[in-house]
Amino acid sequence: MSPAEPRAASGVPEASAGPGAELPELAAVRWRPRATARSVAARGRIWTLWSLAHTVPFLGTAALLLFLEPWSAPVALAAVAHAWIIPELYAARGAAVVRPKGARHERSEPVAQGLLGDLLGHEERDLQRETGLALEAGALGVWLVGEAGALLVDPGGRRVHCFCVRVPDPDLPPSDRIAHLLLALRTDEAGFATVANHAFAGAPWRVRRRLTARARPGLAAGLLRADRRS
Amino acid sequence: MAKLIRMDSTGHSTLAEWRAGDPAAEEAAIAAFRTQLDQGYIGVVSQGAGHAAQVDDLPLEADLVIMRRPIAGG
Repeated sequence: MSPAEPRAASGVPEASAGPGAELPELAAVRWRPRATARSVAARGRIWTLWSLAHTVPFLGTAALLLFLEPWSAPVALAAVAHAWIIPELYAARGAAVVRPKGARHERSEPVAQGLLGDLLGHEERDLQRETGLALEAGALGVWLVGEAGALLVDPGGRRVHCFCVRVPDPDLPPSDRIAHLLLALRTDEAGFATVANHAFAGAPWRVRRRLTARARPGLAAGLLRADRRS
Repeated sequence: MAKLIRMDSTGHSTLAEWRAGDPAAEEAAIAAFRTQLDQGYIGVVSQGAGHAAQVDDLPLEADLVIMRRPIAGG
């Protein structure tokens, strides 16, 4: 890296697009500031505070109830359940971005899978076939691209961001949907993170619990790669 | 042999093939590329892991040019 290249606080290069490489899809979301490593990290912190804001009052209420009247234990338990369930619901919404969606298009999928495989390295190709997620290391972190969304493991692997983003064409086979997202991501990573809707950010364990069994090794590989890069 | 392909409901379709020094094939490929742009597709050249370039004109020196649809936040 040249000294002139900008660096994020995490020490990795800022995601940027070369001249003329901005995604044209950004025209549809002109009001959104372009994503940076700093803005993505800030979103992660906001989600942490949001989760605390939903958890701490319920836990405090439960503790106070037990302190004032031990017989109120059932109500205190309900408060603790709320403190647990609300962040879980958010995590479930986040993890849902990489669940397989839409028709499987069994006839055209092998052709699409071949093209996607050509776009990926050997290790990434095997992982995609096993988990349905295409791993792509970027400047913002390690991406795991699914059919209608992507997970971003931040540098160091402390947080996972869930982005909802898709190609609005239901006739495409699943691997083509992934290839569309992968090519857009490779063209302009920051633009991709700007166009995509940020659905959730949280601890890896929280997202992992809500992933399908098939997708979990994908997240594990992403965390491993993020850890190696930090 | 260089190829222009479009990702579509069939997996992908080959729209044009050309070799350097074959002006007729190159012209046909350029015309096919422009038609796809007019239909709202975006031209991309994959440059290996982590890199891809969006192209507004058909790069005749590329081995593979892929046409993709625009993406959107879900």
